[in-house]
Amino acid sequence: MKTPVVLVTGFLGSGKTTLISRLLEHPDMGETAVIVNELGEIGIDHHLLRRIDERTVLLSSGCVCCVLRGDLADELRDLLDRRDAKDVPPFQRVIVETTGVADPVPIVMTLLSDPLVRHHYELESVVATVDGVHGLRGPESLKQVAVADRLVITKADVATPAGRAGLEEQLARLNPTAHVRAAAFGEVAPDWLFDGAVRDPRDLELGRDHGRREHDHDVRSCVLFLEEVDWTAFGLWLTMLLQARGQDILRVKGLLNVGGDGPVLVSCVQHAVHPPLHLDEWPDEDRRSRLVFIGRGVVAEELEASLRAFDRAARR
Amino acid sequence: MCALCGVILNEHWAEQDGGRRARMLRVALLDRVLGHFGLSLTDWAGGLYVLRDRKGTSAVVRDLGSVWSEAERLLGRKLDPLDAGLVAELSR
Repeated sequence: MKTPVVLVTGFLGSGKTTLISRLLEHPDMGETAVIVNELGEIGIDHHLLRRIDERTVLLSSGCVCCVLRGDLADELRDLLDRRDAKDVPPFQRVIVETTGVADPVPIVMTLLSDPLVRHHYELESVVATVDGVHGLRGPESLKQVAVADRLVITKADVATPAGRAGLEEQLARLNPTAHVRAAAFGEVAPDWLFDGAVRDPRDLELGRDHGRREHDHDVRSCVLFLEEVDWTAFGLWLTMLLQARGQDILRVKGLLNVGGDGPVLVSCVQHAVHPPLHLDEWPDEDRRSRLVFIGRGVVAEELEASLRAFDRAARR
Repeated sequence: MCALCGVILNEHWAEQDGGRRARMLRVALLDRVLGHFGLSLTDWAGGLYVLRDRKGTSAVVRDLGSVWSEAERLLGRKLDPLDAGLVAELSR
């Protein structure tokens, strides 16, 4: 059985370490290994985690995304060796904490593409912390939110109700696929963050009113609803789209009706594609294909017209 | 897995299902899409693709992800699936 990995991202000072520290104290957490990387204020993060959990592995230098992707894979492999040799407790989960300015995409790519890592680990979810007082800050913060499966609004004890409501609305517009929860002092139940379901299809029980969503920095989300889609045409279309516009498309997530008993679950984080998952059954009565796109300049009408044209061409 | 290099266990994620029939459909659709941009594509032995431009330059590519990057290299520009002309052509 693969060991689940949870990636915790979030802007500088948004409460990642507080969240992880509280989680590690929780009796339901079980054995968890934590990998953090050292940059800027991370020295403090390191000590915080060290006091709580001696199993922390500290990467030695640089940014985990750009410089240490290999190191991250090395650390994950090393953890396996040490677990097998009983040098470390038999951990059941790994948390990877990124730096606040980090782009989470290369980390996701490392987890999905390194052959040995992929064989032994499974990316369970991406969690992003969002500062409940200061909100989103800059393009890094937006990208972290866009690629997340779960969003934790921190500092709920000091955020104003109006500010929090506005932020929740903003996050729902930006990433309609993410579950959102507010937390004070990093207090979040582990079973909410780690429910064991990898990319739960219920994430995509979207309201019918989702349409084009404008957002700052031109990042927006849109949802396509289609009937049955030819899988061959879809694969061809999506690879072509990501080749042409992969830098602008931050996230694609959806359930496709390809004519089988259940849908195919599709999830991409920029160029990083999770292996498509064929599900046995639909989560509800709605059999339409539904696809969420988050990115810069994504326009539902253009995407839909193009995908429909590819689909029609495949059926002739 | 990268969507562009896209390989899991030596098989592209979008090419895992469907067998020979899906392969033939994929080749036909690729040829039609690439034809809009002045390129052509044929199957080679059921496992590789041969991409050609109008000047006779050809390239052998191993999977769907590489088709687009190689086509981009031959043409010197990106091939956008949202291109209005392509959408109109495929809809005919």
